[in-house]
Amino acid sequence: MFRTIKNIGIKMVGGLLGWTESRSGVITFVQPILTHRVPRDAKWWYVFGSASLMFFSIQVVTGILLATMYVPSAAEAYSSLQYIDQQVPFGWMLRALHAWSSNAMILMVVIHMSQVFLHASFKFPRELMWMVGVLLLFCTLALAFTGQIMRWDQDAYWGLGIGAAIVDRVPMLGNQMRNVMLGGPYIGGATLSRFFALHVFVLPGLTIGLIGAHMALILKNGISEMPKPGMVVDPKTYVAQYEERIKKTGVAFMPDAAQRDMVFCGLMLIIVGLLAAYLGPVGPNGIPNPTIIDANPRPDYAFLWIFTAMALMPPQIETAVLLIAPPIVVLALLGLPLISNRGERAPSRRPGAVIAYVLIATALGTLTWLGVVSAWSPVMDAWTSMPTPPQYLVGRTPLEMQGALVLQHSQCRNCHSLGGQGGLRGPNLDNVGSRKSWDQLVRQVQQGGGNMPAYGKNLSSAETTAVVAFMTTLRNSGAPESNIPGAMERQSSPDQAPKAVASEAGK
Amino acid sequence: MSCDCSNTPSNQPPQTPPASARRGFMLKFGIGLMGIGGAIASIPLIGYAITPALRKYKNSWVELGGTADFPEGETRLGKFTNPNAAPTDGASAEQAVWVRSYKPAQFQVFAVNCAHLGCPVKWFQQSKLFMCPCHGGVYYEDGSHASGPPPRGLFEYKWKIVNGRLLIDAGRLPGLEQTV
Repeated sequence: MFRTIKNIGIKMVGGLLGWTESRSGVITFVQPILTHRVPRDAKWWYVFGSASLMFFSIQVVTGILLATMYVPSAAEAYSSLQYIDQQVPFGWMLRALHAWSSNAMILMVVIHMSQVFLHASFKFPRELMWMVGVLLLFCTLALAFTGQIMRWDQDAYWGLGIGAAIVDRVPMLGNQMRNVMLGGPYIGGATLSRFFALHVFVLPGLTIGLIGAHMALILKNGISEMPKPGMVVDPKTYVAQYEERIKKTGVAFMPDAAQRDMVFCGLMLIIVGLLAAYLGPVGPNGIPNPTIIDANPRPDYAFLWIFTAMALMPPQIETAVLLIAPPIVVLALLGLPLISNRGERAPSRRPGAVIAYVLIATALGTLTWLGVVSAWSPVMDAWTSMPTPPQYLVGRTPLEMQGALVLQHSQCRNCHSLGGQGGLRGPNLDNVGSRKSWDQLVRQVQQGGGNMPAYGKNLSSAETTAVVAFMTTLRNSGAPESNIPGAMERQSSPDQAPKAVASEAGK
Repeated sequence: MSCDCSNTPSNQPPQTPPASARRGFMLKFGIGLMGIGGAIASIPLIGYAITPALRKYKNSWVELGGTADFPEGETRLGKFTNPNAAPTDGASAEQAVWVRSYKPAQFQVFAVNCAHLGCPVKWFQQSKLFMCPCHGGVYYEDGSHASGPPPRGLFEYKWKIVNGRLLIDAGRLPGLEQTV
């Protein structure tokens, strides 16, 4: 009885499949794609491209779901995000997944690209695959930037301001280009709408098309083998030799390579899902009201290195670098396989490429880390939120106490730290009395210099005297006053703390 | 029984020269029509896309408040609604400026946007400095550059007093290329 039902079932499914195949040819179409042969040694190094694709698919699905609730209007975007986070069931999780899967996608794309570069898989005949991949990298970054705008918070608003200021530096056409980017002469509803169109229509469409091309090129050229020293790429013989080897030792993509992709993708998916559930959605931060000037805009991680470069570059070369560097980077990345499409692939035989990679990766990593710290930014509320360490006040004279007040009140600590708290832009003041004499301190306060504003017009001479008197007491325990000539002048000043107490209290 | 039928012209429909010439013409005609149609259709598309580049956006005089709201010797935040605002702008239509009154009825009106990359600068009355939270640009009370990466001082708005009200000429985001 059961067996008859099972047989009927199998017949029905088989019939349905047969019917579908005869009308669509779908199996004939898909089978060679699934079973195309890949090198036997294409193992765990080869999973990152698939993982990038998986995270992109998650972005598409979560993105479509978010679009059913998100209102791309400058007047309502912010409140619609809060509504999704707080009222819509699973809304917060959807936003969290979209944000963290976006970060994961960037990470996977970067690792994938690193592998392809280090293994020189971009060489003949896969030049075009690399170029399409470079375009996909730019699409990914553009999606990340426009996605950050969708949050329509203070970071988005002022991030657009930074983008606009950069575009504005283009000679002659800068202002026109900026207006096209913003959709008008200022950041407003039109700006959000056009970035929305880019984020949900233009860029995803472009990305899907490019992914299609990337995949078609995989099928055309095959997956590259693991590089072996001495196995040189020669465009004259490569294709025949590759096909010969694949025929002999290759394995079917499904299941031999696909199973590894699935294990890795599944693992990544679980990690990103847990991360999203634990960390929650990213933003929205402050309300995007330009009259709230207490903003502290920061870009997302993928762009922090640019933020850092803007702070550390000498201002004289900034515009030139901003306008010249991007086209050079784009051309260098796109042109790489045209410059070098033959020869050794193994990293051990390409020391120049490895060194270049390490240098670039270190530079980007360092710039990103510096961006997290952003030592160049004043800590805007240091003067009100970080009290003067009490040990620096012990045994001080009234004048020195007054100086401590001036130092606190004049926002010195927005840039200078005291007791480990405060800005990092200028040197810390914990033992400034050991480094600089009375004269030097007066001069530094009044005239500024070394990237410090001159306080000459902003402090009265009494305030300057007080703050300098306080700073000369800030010394390492037991250290003498700065022995640079001029230090003596302090002693001629009538209002002095007993020396021993002052230096003891320094620590 | 088989024959090499393809070689017998009598079985084929006659391939007359006029037909192929017509087909060639038809293709060219079709491409031409598509081209003309596409050109006509793309005029509004391109026009719409680059309108912001071609349009001359005008500034307007907007009111910041009475002159008494900006007492002498102080620098205060002035707020106004962007005269070019669109209905969908929401809070982004609100704009702010720093108003410094240094003499009776004498003002300096600064854009809050840092001249470096446009972040909002904050005024500190005690140290008489504007500081930028992004890359650490600092300006003196008169808007001149004090330290950090900005290539110039703060952008200044034109102002006038009408019936005791302070007005500024505003409408666009200031930038190096075209200031306020």
